[in-house]
Amino acid sequence: MDLDPEGLFRDDSDSESEFYREKDSTKEFVVYLVDASPKMFGAARSDEDEKPETHFHAAINCISQSLMAQIIGRSYDEVAVCFFNTKEKKNLQDLNGVYVFNVMDRECLDRPTARLIKELSYVEDRFMSNIGSRYGIVSGSRENSLYNALWVAQALLRKGSAKSVSKRILLFTNEDDPFGSITGATKTDMIRMTLQRAKDTQDLGISIELLPLSWPDEEFNVSIFYAELLGLEGDDISQFLPSAGEILEDMTDQLRKRMFKKRKVKTIRFSIANDICIEVNTYALIRPTSPGQIMWLDSVTNLPLKTERSFICADTGALVQEPHTYFHPYKNEIIKFSMDELSKIKNISDGQLHLLGFKPLDCLKDYHNLRPSTFIFPTDEEIVGSTRIFIALHRSMLRFQRFALAFYGSLYHPQLVALVAQDEITSSSGQVEPPGMHMIYLPYSDDIRHVEELHMAVDANAPRATDDQIKKASALSRRIDLKDFSVCQFANPALQRHYGILQALALGEDEMPEIKDETLPDEEGLSR
Amino acid sequence: MARNKEAVVLLLDVGPSMHSVLSEVESVCSMLVQKKLIFGKSDEVGVVLLGTDDTCNELQKEVGGYEHIVVLRNISVVDGNAVDFLQNLPRGNFRGDFIDAIVVGIDLLIKKFGPTNKGKQRICLMTDARYPIKAPYEGTKEDQVNTISQMMQTHGIRLDCIVIREKLPEADLRVMEENDNLLDQFSRKAIAKIVHVDSSTSLLGALKTRNISPVTVFRGDLELSSTMKIKVWVYKKTSEEKFPTLKKYSDKAPSSDKFATYEVKVDYEYKSMEDPDKVVPPEQRIRGYRYGPQVVPISSAEWEAVKFKPEKGVKLLGFTDASNILRHYYMKDVYIFVPEPGNKKAIVAVSAIARAMKDMNKSAILRCVWRQGQGNVVIGVLRPNISSVDNIPDSFYFNVLPFVEDVREFQFPSFSSFPSSWQPNEQQQEAADNLVKMLDLAPSSKEVLQPDYTPNPVLERFYHFLELKSKQPDADVPPLDGSLKRITEPNPAVFSHHKSVIDNFCKNFELKENPKKKKSSKRAWRGKPSTFSEKEEGVDGEASDIQSSNLMKDSSNINVEKIGNLNPVQDFEAMMARRDSSKWVSKAIKDMQNHVSDLLENSYDGDAYSKAIECLVALRKGCILEQEPKEFNRYLLGLYEKWKDTDLANFFELLSSKSLTLISQKEASDSNVTEEEAKNFPVKTELKF
Repeated sequence: MDLDPEGLFRDDSDSESEFYREKDSTKEFVVYLVDASPKMFGAARSDEDEKPETHFHAAINCISQSLMAQIIGRSYDEVAVCFFNTKEKKNLQDLNGVYVFNVMDRECLDRPTARLIKELSYVEDRFMSNIGSRYGIVSGSRENSLYNALWVAQALLRKGSAKSVSKRILLFTNEDDPFGSITGATKTDMIRMTLQRAKDTQDLGISIELLPLSWPDEEFNVSIFYAELLGLEGDDISQFLPSAGEILEDMTDQLRKRMFKKRKVKTIRFSIANDICIEVNTYALIRPTSPGQIMWLDSVTNLPLKTERSFICADTGALVQEPHTYFHPYKNEIIKFSMDELSKIKNISDGQLHLLGFKPLDCLKDYHNLRPSTFIFPTDEEIVGSTRIFIALHRSMLRFQRFALAFYGSLYHPQLVALVAQDEITSSSGQVEPPGMHMIYLPYSDDIRHVEELHMAVDANAPRATDDQIKKASALSRRIDLKDFSVCQFANPALQRHYGILQALALGEDEMPEIKDETLPDEEGLSR
Repeated sequence: MARNKEAVVLLLDVGPSMHSVLSEVESVCSMLVQKKLIFGKSDEVGVVLLGTDDTCNELQKEVGGYEHIVVLRNISVVDGNAVDFLQNLPRGNFRGDFIDAIVVGIDLLIKKFGPTNKGKQRICLMTDARYPIKAPYEGTKEDQVNTISQMMQTHGIRLDCIVIREKLPEADLRVMEENDNLLDQFSRKAIAKIVHVDSSTSLLGALKTRNISPVTVFRGDLELSSTMKIKVWVYKKTSEEKFPTLKKYSDKAPSSDKFATYEVKVDYEYKSMEDPDKVVPPEQRIRGYRYGPQVVPISSAEWEAVKFKPEKGVKLLGFTDASNILRHYYMKDVYIFVPEPGNKKAIVAVSAIARAMKDMNKSAILRCVWRQGQGNVVIGVLRPNISSVDNIPDSFYFNVLPFVEDVREFQFPSFSSFPSSWQPNEQQQEAADNLVKMLDLAPSSKEVLQPDYTPNPVLERFYHFLELKSKQPDADVPPLDGSLKRITEPNPAVFSHHKSVIDNFCKNFELKENPKKKKSSKRAWRGKPSTFSEKEEGVDGEASDIQSSNLMKDSSNINVEKIGNLNPVQDFEAMMARRDSSKWVSKAIKDMQNHVSDLLENSYDGDAYSKAIECLVALRKGCILEQEPKEFNRYLLGLYEKWKDTDLANFFELLSSKSLTLISQKEASDSNVTEEEAKNFPVKTELKF
């Protein structure tokens, strides 16, 4: 039941606008629903030397990493962690087999805190003694732990309007047949009840996503039960699990990626020719993560301070209202501009992306870059046929090794851009590069500096390496070749340090953590 | 006197073959002077014209010769007059001699500065160099260039030359080749840079209008290993020139105050939450760092003690295949690593590594800490930059790569997983192939819209408006100049040249608005962008409320702001009818004129005539209705003057046959064309306006 007052008065005709508002939602509430049955604690990989890796461990690992990323990145999202198939129970509804995990100073569904992350990462150590693992659906009992779990999760997500917040339940399990141990009318009944529960949840605008863990020799079969719960049909089912997790690390990687919800920046029109205009979504896949904003506190009370801005006339010292006129000194005069004029000057286009033509990829030089790129992917939501055109152009651009030159007429920062088609790249751990186009922001002539000309020799050629010297340099480069280098294999040591310190201080620990700087070269390796 | 004070002599060819680009020459030169008025107030500028009808320069008086060269402005500190001069260049009727002009320019500089000011003097020549230069009295032209280069070197004068050649109908290739060789000789024998551009848009971007003193980001060792090091200097190669920061204006100063700044200062006060009247003094403030919902207070001293403090240095981590680093991972503007100037060992070492990387198609990965005390490290990719100019050393470009924390690994569906209704069929793919092949902006190495020569349209517009406002404080923001529109919109010439390819593309694909925006399914993690399945599309196909295909811009009920190619007449009429601002009428007229000119310019064997006539009829009607007959008449006469001697001449015959002529006084009282004159158009065109 949606307790949001707005929701109570909602009628069906609103559903459309609701959808469009939803795509702007930036806040997310997530319940991590983790199966804690004995099966999850079975060894997923029997390595003689190391302690056995379990699916439960993999799930906790993913969640911890995701929470960590969340606290660094966008920390206004709220999360809850909930286990099911447990011996102990802890939930408001007092339902059996469901344990909502939490730490002090925090509501069950709340922003992640340092303590939550820390205690969650140790949860396995005393899981058996504190919470306990037990099959919740067994023959001869009417208990239905999966049903209970969905109910609890849904109740946790009651808070907040479905219009402004995106609500998700992420279900981690390695059991593709949760009702396999029971038979007959009880089974049919329990399945029906569970599906109904899932449907009710989804009807409230909560999405349920399954993160299946499979055994090396036994693929998770989604069609036994979960396909129906998730509402998958036809092709969806066969495509649901592209690769069975051969290696647990790969699977962890896959899960971690799937836990992200894609957040688009915006939807823009891409005008191709005459009146052919398609729609694409833009995504910021790569953006520098900064250590976050600081705020000023009163050092006596440690309470945040309120910042007040006031405007003062420099000539008279009088307090003035925020001015709406700006000026630029020019020719010993003051040239005044209104806000309106300034925005008109910048407004040289219509917000759309305009195709200008195509160029071979080698016209895109290494120095043609200003900012991180933006990813674009087609959408048929409003203009049916967009995807088809996009795919056709994408294919042709890859085939002829060309990029599209376009003008992105954003009202805020209009710019000339290169659209570079990227083919999909996958590996054993799933998608590495998504298919689509990357929008690369090009410099204007005003932005390019001819520094190399500063030290031009006059009437003399600059020294160049001889073939022999080049050969030696080639030999050197072969010696220190990074075969497996992948972009972003390094964690940012400054950021890790920053958050390491904050975590320690937030938890009241005395010891400052040692953060390894992975970016330092391997001096020993190099000297060989 | 400012340390970086510069003296520039602009040598501008205003001969007949340059007339078509002179308005761009005017723009780019006034931009140069305008930016000096802001960023280099003590810089000096001189202006010399070549190809003028008159002759006026000291050398001519002293030694004779040097004809058709006029010193329009002697070298003096920049002022508003210089802008006015440059915005109203006279059109000359003679072929100027650019070598003579360079000598006149050097003469001006030497007379003004003598042996001082070396290295801060520049000559900037803009010409199409299409006509032969005079043979010298003695020796060859090459000898002459050598002598001049020597003189430039002695006096520390630099030459920037922009050779502009658009379409060349009857050009003498041999002469141009000779001229180009002579100019290239300058770049070998003196500090000179020769740039060739082939469009008015590139001309606007070809001249550096602002001098930015280069600053090194780093000087020191590029450490290949703990023992192998190369001395390098690192600069910014690209850096965005931002929109100027304007100051907030206060009108409080009394008008008698001569020293008024009119500025508004912004003051910040930090107040306690509990007691909103209590201002907390700076020493009682402490920084709070967010960690999730918690805010952790840490004093600067504490933070300084624990924060990450890497050692300064640039270290090589290794080499990797260039294909391992996709272009879209570049995070920032670009750095350039040049070998330490004058250090031959460094120059050769950089050259060897750069060339080896190029040969093997490798990139290098570096870890950089530019300064001691910098709180972070940078991981980035080093790319070879093999110099194409003999007297410039090889160098590297460098860009920053993301860390793990900077990447969002969103998963997107494979294109192959989309329903077949979303996949292009063979015919559609072919249409797309043709579009990508034919809509070529770099045909046979003649690349258009190169970033290096493409000006920033917003900045162009700002400075243009700034100048305009200095004369006319209540001026409206002018529309975007035609040459700048080549940047923001597809070039109608290119698009109409490939009309069949484009039409074929448009014909092959159908677009329609989705009438029922579906609720997206959020069930499967694959996250399809929408649940639009084949079946649903079929249902929609039968629905009657489908919006028109191809999403044509409906010009009837929205406010039309420009004239499109599809329904120019409709757009024009809609714009003329706009009453929300008076500017729309003049904009509509202007746009329509541009549209007709574009149509004609790109017409092949008269294929655009009927369209152009339709537009002219509408324009004529509009100008009569709005009492703007002069606008129309001036335009029509201009067209005629421009095209009468070309193969477009038959267009005017067509005009008379349709009795499409000038607007006479009888039709609009503001016109000064008599009915008789109108009837005789285009035969009698000796009309003055």
